[in-house]
Amino acid sequence: MSTPLLITLVVTLLAAGTAMCLRNLVHSALMLAICFSGIAAVYLQLNAEFVGFTEILVYVGAIAILIVIAVLLTSSGETPEKSVLTSGWFAGAVVSVLVFTALGWAVLHSHVLASGNAPAPHITVKDVGDVLMTQYVLPLEIIALMLTAAMIGAVIIAYKEEPGTDTKPQTSTKEIPAASVSAYVAGKEGAQ
Amino acid sequence: MNWIVQYLWLIPVLPLVAAGIIAVNKQPQRKLAATLAIGAMAAGSLLSLCAFYATLGHGEGVYREVYSFNWLQFGGTDNWLQLGWVLDPLTAIMLVMVTFVGMLIFIFSVGYMAHDPNFMRFFCFLALFASGMLGVVIANNLFLFFVSWEIVGLTSYLLIGFWYHKPSAAAAAKKAFITTRIGDLGLLLGMVWLYAQTGTLNFYDHGHGCMETTALTAMAAHVTIGGLAVSTMVGLLIFLGAVGKSGQVPLHVWLPDAMEGPTPVSALIHAATMVAAGVFLVARVYPLMSQSPLFGAGLYLDSTPMLQVITWVGAITAIFAASIAVAQNDIKRILAYSTVSQLGYMMMGIGVGGVAVGMFHLITHAFFKALLFLGSGSVIHGCHEEQDVRKMGGLKKYMPVTFAVYAIGMLALSGFPLFFSGFWSKDEILHHASNWSVSHVPFYLGCTGALFTAFYMTRQVALVFFGSYRGQDEASSHGHTDHAHAHSAHDHTPHESPAVMTVPLMILAVFAILLGVIGTPAWPWFDSYLTGEAAKFDLGKLTEHGTLSLMVTSAIIVFTGLGLGWLLYGNRLRKTAGEKDVLEAAQPAVFKLLQNKYYIDELYELTVIRLNAFAARLCDFLDRWIFGGVVLAVSYLFLGLAWLYRLMDEYLVNLGFDAGCDSLRESGSGLSKLHSGRVQTYLRVIGVALVLLIIFLIWGHKA
Amino acid sequence: MSPLQGCLLFSALLFATGFAGAVTRRHAILVLVGIELMLNAANLNLIAFWRFGPHPEALTGFIFVLFSMALAAAEAAVGLALVIAIYRHKRTSNLDEVKELKG
Repeated sequence: MSTPLLITLVVTLLAAGTAMCLRNLVHSALMLAICFSGIAAVYLQLNAEFVGFTEILVYVGAIAILIVIAVLLTSSGETPEKSVLTSGWFAGAVVSVLVFTALGWAVLHSHVLASGNAPAPHITVKDVGDVLMTQYVLPLEIIALMLTAAMIGAVIIAYKEEPGTDTKPQTSTKEIPAASVSAYVAGKEGAQ
Repeated sequence: MNWIVQYLWLIPVLPLVAAGIIAVNKQPQRKLAATLAIGAMAAGSLLSLCAFYATLGHGEGVYREVYSFNWLQFGGTDNWLQLGWVLDPLTAIMLVMVTFVGMLIFIFSVGYMAHDPNFMRFFCFLALFASGMLGVVIANNLFLFFVSWEIVGLTSYLLIGFWYHKPSAAAAAKKAFITTRIGDLGLLLGMVWLYAQTGTLNFYDHGHGCMETTALTAMAAHVTIGGLAVSTMVGLLIFLGAVGKSGQVPLHVWLPDAMEGPTPVSALIHAATMVAAGVFLVARVYPLMSQSPLFGAGLYLDSTPMLQVITWVGAITAIFAASIAVAQNDIKRILAYSTVSQLGYMMMGIGVGGVAVGMFHLITHAFFKALLFLGSGSVIHGCHEEQDVRKMGGLKKYMPVTFAVYAIGMLALSGFPLFFSGFWSKDEILHHASNWSVSHVPFYLGCTGALFTAFYMTRQVALVFFGSYRGQDEASSHGHTDHAHAHSAHDHTPHESPAVMTVPLMILAVFAILLGVIGTPAWPWFDSYLTGEAAKFDLGKLTEHGTLSLMVTSAIIVFTGLGLGWLLYGNRLRKTAGEKDVLEAAQPAVFKLLQNKYYIDELYELTVIRLNAFAARLCDFLDRWIFGGVVLAVSYLFLGLAWLYRLMDEYLVNLGFDAGCDSLRESGSGLSKLHSGRVQTYLRVIGVALVLLIIFLIWGHKA
Repeated sequence: MSPLQGCLLFSALLFATGFAGAVTRRHAILVLVGIELMLNAANLNLIAFWRFGPHPEALTGFIFVLFSMALAAAEAAVGLALVIAIYRHKRTSNLDEVKELKG
């Protein structure tokens, strides 16, 4: 374990931690980007160069940006004054500790994993392309379809309804003001 | 087989059919009823004469023909219950007597019951009785015999209680039925035992019947309770039936009370036929009674134990009833006690002399007693339903025909020598009694009884027919105001009865005289007819030493009785109704005892009736509290169970169900809390599940 | 500890961190951030096993991870679209208040 790798690991972990802890969402997103970069570096270390670069392209380049845009679209860019923790956060914390404990124990106490020490493979992009086009062409096409569907779906879900162009009757969404919706929800809660 | 034997069944069935037709008629049709009944009896008479003729002239040996048919099948093919009838001299002579006397009494009833609104019912019951009696006579089978016996008992009850709105009549009917029932119980037990012992119900069955030698010797050899032979025990039980039906002591108490019925009933049933059925029964089972037990023979001195019992019972009854008759004031009651006494004579006759002796007296008694009863009926009718002899008198000039025939009957009953049948029949009995090897006491009792008989009959005739009519004293002391106008114009003087009533009387009187001819020692035709020996006409027999002395003795007794009676009652004629009886004045205590029938009724009331009432109360208590208590307890048990079930249902099942539903609802509402609708909660749960899964997998692998 | 175990431990830690953030924070987008972190940890696991397991030249793990990344991207897009839609309806991105499915 060389020193740069260790630093990379630590930075990644720290970034992940802070991303979860920060009150400001935009800061959290930026931390996330740093975390992703750190993970990409780890990939590079593990001789999965293509995956590493894909990580940077997809995660840092698209997802982190997407998160920032979503934060801004939901007007959550300011630092909130109230608590950022949900009710029952302690149970969640306990459970996450338990999860880590279980996983870590499983990893450390497994004799199978103790023997993993293979030589570095030499992978070129051409090999990846060959495999993608021959052996894994079906999942490739399906993934393409799925991406298309996801894109269309996301657009439809987030589509801002304009008055008059909506095919569905307006009464179900527009004429029920938010107040009555929350009142209805409150009533349901009261009935429980 | 002789055609008459095949059609013998018609004789009882014709009156039965007549009774049936009369019973289903809704409108009173007196002429039809009377014609049917009398016609049936007349046809029966003709058939009986044919039967009688068939039994004559068979030379030596008794003519006996049996007709049986299979009726019910028990089990296997050979086990048939047979029914049937028998035609022998005993049967034939009884058939002739019953149908002929019955026919005459039926004709008499047409006149006697003319004013009665229940004419139809009367004739229906009379016809039913006739069929029952004739069934008794011809039955060859224990079963048929018992059924007919019961029919006779039933119709006796119905006819005694004919005027059922009178409480005394209803009570008398009940008394008759219950008292004879006691006897019938013995009869039934005897018959069942007889069947069990011999295996056959038929009396005569070509050698296999119960009255034939094979069965009888078997029964005589079999020893049973108290060292007695079975034949003796069975005979005792059957005799008990005869005691009940024929009114022997101690079961005689019903006969005088039976006079509550109409007079033709008293004549037919309680003089001529039904009470004679008991004697007939003894005659029918005489082979059983005369069968000596096949052991200890020396004890019995030529007479079997049963015959001795019969003789003693008969003798005691004869003297007992005759003494009571002396002190009675009701015209019919005198005759009733006379009947009881004469029945005693008949039993005695069978005991000492055999079937022929007793049956001869039975036949002659039937005629003159029926005559006497019908005559008394005529008297009662003529005196406008008056029955007390103290209130009658001098009827000789009002009812000459009745007087004449009544006198003939009375002389026959008393046994007036030579001309009247009663003399010959009673003499036969006394003759055999005097020769009885066991004891002479029955003979003396019989002679004393004959004395009493002559005495009380003279008393009765004197009080009724001689002197002056005492009924006017009662009439004049009546308040005429409480009678209807018609009654005040009513003639209180007695009148003669119409021809429909007097003609049968005259016919009976003729027979009362003539029947004596067939039984004299000079020509013992009756004896020979029944026993199958030849009879020779020999006047010399009359003058034989034993016979002549007995005839003279009995003549003296009769004249003494007649003279005493005339002296006390005929000579010193009673003037008023309320006068004390001569004997009563002389011996008040004894007279009172006799008048109250030796207080036997009161004795029975105190002992048996009380016991019975107590037993009835006990049974009621048992039924109400013990058996009813058990039923109540069971029902309460079920009620309790039902209450328990309801409790269980309400509290256990319902509440349990409610609790179940409640817990279900609560668990449902509890489980619904899992659906918090919050994603992070779900995520936490998934995290926990992941941990558990890892643990499970690792441990699973480790093992 | 082999390199494989080190990698796996590191990815487990990342996973736990992402999980902790997903179940602790209030904001919906941060939950999605946590989910992305969890996905990355899983991808790291896959690459580690590809690198240190048998036959790395078959590229099975490699391709798996590529597709997983594509999937993660699509899922992030759709999820964020959902958050935006919810924000538009309820004017809040607080997950505590989104419980219409309660009961």
